[in-house]
Amino acid sequence: MRLTLLSLCAALCLCLALAPARAESLAQIAAAHAAAIEKPSRTTIGPVIDALAASGDPMAAPFLQAWGSKGLGRRKSDGAFFLLAPDPAGYALTDLTGAPAGTSATSEITELKPNAGVRGLIASALVAFTLSDPDPARRAAALESIAADPKAESLDPLRAAVETEPDPVLKARKLRLERLLTLRFDPDSAARVAAIEGFGADAGLDLRAALSPLVATKRAAGPIPPEGANVARTLTPGGDISEAEAYAVLVDAGLAPARLRPEDQKTALAAHIAEGKVGGVPVADLSSQAARDRAYTALEQAGTVPTAATDDEVTAALAANPVYEIYAEPDPAVTAAATRALHEIGLKVGAMQAVDLGLDALSLASIYFLAAIGLAITFGVMGVINMAHGEFITMGAYTGYVVQLWVPDLTLSILIALPLAFALTFGAGVAIERLVIRHLYKRPLETLLATFGISIALQQIFKNIFGTQARPLTAPAWLDGAWVVNDVIGISYIRIAIFVLALLFLGFFLWLMKRTRLGLEVRAVTQNPAMAASMGINPDRINMLTFGIGSGIAGIAGVAIGLFAKVTSELGSDYIVQSFMTVVVGGVGNIWGTLAGATMIGTLQKLIEFLNPSNTLAAQTYMILFIILFIQVRPRGIIALKGRAAGD
Amino acid sequence: MTALSSVDKYPGGEPSGPPPVRGSGGEGAEPPGSAALAPRSFLARNPSVFWFLAILIGFTALVTVLSPALGAEVISTSFIKTLGKTLCLCLVALAMDVVWGYTGILSLGHMAFFALGGYMIGQWLMYARTEEIVLTSLAGTPIPPTAAEVAQGVATQIFGVVGSSEMPAIWSFAHSLPAQLALVVLVPGLLAFLFGWLAFRSRVTGVYLSILTQAMTLALSLYLFQNDSGLRGNNGLSGLQNLPGAAQIGQDRLSLWFFWASAAALALTYLLLAWALSGKFGSVLRAIRDDEARVRFLGYPVEAYKIFVFTGTAVLCGLAGALYYPQAGIINPAELAPIASIYLAVWVAIGGRGRLYGAVLGAVFVSLLSSWFTGGRAPSIPLGFYTVNWVDWWQVLLGLAFVLVTLFAPKGLGGLVDMAQKIRTPDRKGAPLGPDDGALQEREAQE
Repeated sequence: MRLTLLSLCAALCLCLALAPARAESLAQIAAAHAAAIEKPSRTTIGPVIDALAASGDPMAAPFLQAWGSKGLGRRKSDGAFFLLAPDPAGYALTDLTGAPAGTSATSEITELKPNAGVRGLIASALVAFTLSDPDPARRAAALESIAADPKAESLDPLRAAVETEPDPVLKARKLRLERLLTLRFDPDSAARVAAIEGFGADAGLDLRAALSPLVATKRAAGPIPPEGANVARTLTPGGDISEAEAYAVLVDAGLAPARLRPEDQKTALAAHIAEGKVGGVPVADLSSQAARDRAYTALEQAGTVPTAATDDEVTAALAANPVYEIYAEPDPAVTAAATRALHEIGLKVGAMQAVDLGLDALSLASIYFLAAIGLAITFGVMGVINMAHGEFITMGAYTGYVVQLWVPDLTLSILIALPLAFALTFGAGVAIERLVIRHLYKRPLETLLATFGISIALQQIFKNIFGTQARPLTAPAWLDGAWVVNDVIGISYIRIAIFVLALLFLGFFLWLMKRTRLGLEVRAVTQNPAMAASMGINPDRINMLTFGIGSGIAGIAGVAIGLFAKVTSELGSDYIVQSFMTVVVGGVGNIWGTLAGATMIGTLQKLIEFLNPSNTLAAQTYMILFIILFIQVRPRGIIALKGRAAGD
Repeated sequence: MTALSSVDKYPGGEPSGPPPVRGSGGEGAEPPGSAALAPRSFLARNPSVFWFLAILIGFTALVTVLSPALGAEVISTSFIKTLGKTLCLCLVALAMDVVWGYTGILSLGHMAFFALGGYMIGQWLMYARTEEIVLTSLAGTPIPPTAAEVAQGVATQIFGVVGSSEMPAIWSFAHSLPAQLALVVLVPGLLAFLFGWLAFRSRVTGVYLSILTQAMTLALSLYLFQNDSGLRGNNGLSGLQNLPGAAQIGQDRLSLWFFWASAAALALTYLLLAWALSGKFGSVLRAIRDDEARVRFLGYPVEAYKIFVFTGTAVLCGLAGALYYPQAGIINPAELAPIASIYLAVWVAIGGRGRLYGAVLGAVFVSLLSSWFTGGRAPSIPLGFYTVNWVDWWQVLLGLAFVLVTLFAPKGLGGLVDMAQKIRTPDRKGAPLGPDDGALQEREAQE
């Protein structure tokens, strides 16, 4: 009720602002302006709409709506107005108090069909009504429709509707929209500049959308700038603008004749072949541009082809007619303010893009870290190179896929898949260590070869079982979506989850190596197996377990990577080179080095992608080149252990 | 015990002069007694070279006689192409054997050099062929075309598929066969030199070097996969089987010519390598493989040797690629994926590294076997509950065979030759063979 009252008040205010008229009922107005309503024109319609707006009648809005959408009719018998709705009998009528008034045959009704100009006036009058509608949802919808299609006509009704808005959220939106419309459409230049400056360094998309048309430019040419034009700058041909483009502007402006295109020249020459010669030049000689020009000039002199601009004429025309960039917006104060504001916004957006890039880099770094941490154990700590590491990642991802086939609940399936993937790849790792790697501990190159063989075989086995097409590994619903700070900064929840997982693994690794008996024994065996053995440690068992754990972690990483990457048999091999690079760049045998390596590679790759956004392949190429060069500078990696160089 | 000192054990020895430091992998198969024969020509000292050349010449003659170009329809043109390509692969395997089997550098990038050589010759083949087509189509117009129009037409023809009509700068020499032939040598050579200089100078060795070469290969293939790399992205270069200006010569004859060229290149390379490796140079390489530090202490410029071998074999690969791809007809970036270089290592390992004929044996055996299995000609094995289809399971077999060879037969197929000649590896009770462990110390092995 209060809302209704308030909206009535709003309507009253509106009518006070627009037309100081006395409140009347809709029926009275319709009767008074019957002729104007029936045959509306842009010039006569004004008072009617003003009166309707002032009436405060709840049926005024539906009346306008019906009128604007050609749903209003007049009964031929008595001249009464009705809102029409299609009906089997013809039309279902609603009278001007909103009560149904039976049906009528189509022949008894004259449908009112206002022209487009009138409908535009009606629509903007309607905006005023919906902006003050009692229903907040409709008010919000009206705001959205204005924001989507800003028009000068919306400004006045919007201003009128600001003060009476009871909802503080909607009021803020109305105020903001009012400022946005002001800066574009207010007739007063000072008010527009004030509106622009009032936003400060606000970086909202709507503000940018409102400002950019103000600084839109078009090109014009002539000896002097056009009268009253707001010139942005004068373009130098060959510098700001290519000569061909500048000349095209001149041609478009009718200031110079069009240049002769080679194809046109060729066509013209071909059309004037006479006795094996064109313009005195033998046809066989026309295989060079100079000869063709000679022939064409001869034809020009003979008057058989139209004159075309020569290079000298082009230069002269360009010198005589500078090309200008002219703002579509005529007011220089406004364009200057808008340029300033856009510059500030640009700075701020740039800063936010840097933050967003940082988040992207962090997320990529955690993916690399996750893929590499298993290697940090097998390769970094044990010094065993395992080229089948990528296949363990794939195995983990396929485990997740198979679990999801059996367990439909996504959250539960991931919770089952993680330990299961660990168990499976742990088992596979132990098996490979026992069967193959154990025999090759002193022959690192042959370990590399043998694990390559395993990798080839495993990859083909995956292909045989799961096919070559990508298999879905779906993330639970709570991992869908993204954490959005504003329209620039945002990161998907999956990436946050992977970051957290990477941190967990880092913690697990540190705990395992520094706080457990196993970690102590692993360190002892890697430093001096013989001494460790004489201290009662079984090196065989330790090597087996360490290799198993490294492989198991790769399996878990596979589940995580499978959540956002395509699960194919090649999933792991896509990561294998990067993973080795991460470990090598970071420095072998040191988990912090792996972390630093992952961070560096992730950041670098995102940075290159940012500089060359069209091409992620190039980013990877340059990153690998950088790593190769980096190894030259620091062969032991970022964090080097004493006494261990690349190759030891 | 090193290979060098084993020279003293020669029955008969050398009369004078510097000790004949010999003992390539090929000679490993040589019975000690033959060393006493005098005067000894190079071939007599290296019976494996003699046998290799004899077999190769005989094989070439046989294929020529049976080829469709001479009217005998016994083997098809496509099979001659397969054989010619296999010979080129043997050439690459030889290069890989020198760099890995003899020098101990496990390079996972030599197939990239191979593909680069193919790209370089492919540029000329494609440009010249397209130019012919463009000239033919422009010949019908009343006005003769200018050079710029022809170039534009060629560029549109070649690059229309990647949405461009401009000739990239790297095609500047594509119109000239001598220039592109020089590039076949220069591009892989310079790349290998640069990479080798960077890597060997900072003493990157062992598995690190392998991973680094693999990274280089990956970077190169990713780069070529881009459309704006200027080499038609993942479309690659195609139509390379058509020699420009030789449209009237049938493919049956062309394929035979390329087969001869491949066989000649293989024979020459084999001779050259066998000769180089049988001398002091070969000894230094094997010494670097077995104990790099000791060779350095003896005053040899180890890095220079390594760079030379790495670059030289890369050039060899480039040349092999330039012979291979006109027979294959198409080249694309997938050809230089890291896995291709791994297969190269597989061939050499299965054939037996450290002996030249081992590399050739491995390349022929594995690549022909591979095409037999993947070609669907191998009979499937029904197991009742499951049918083993070799098209699907061949790679599994290959991978596992590779593991088994690495574990139990480091001499590969070459070990069979040793067995036939009753050379047994001494039982070292599990101790490694040498510092680089995979190394075969042939003289010692004969004791």
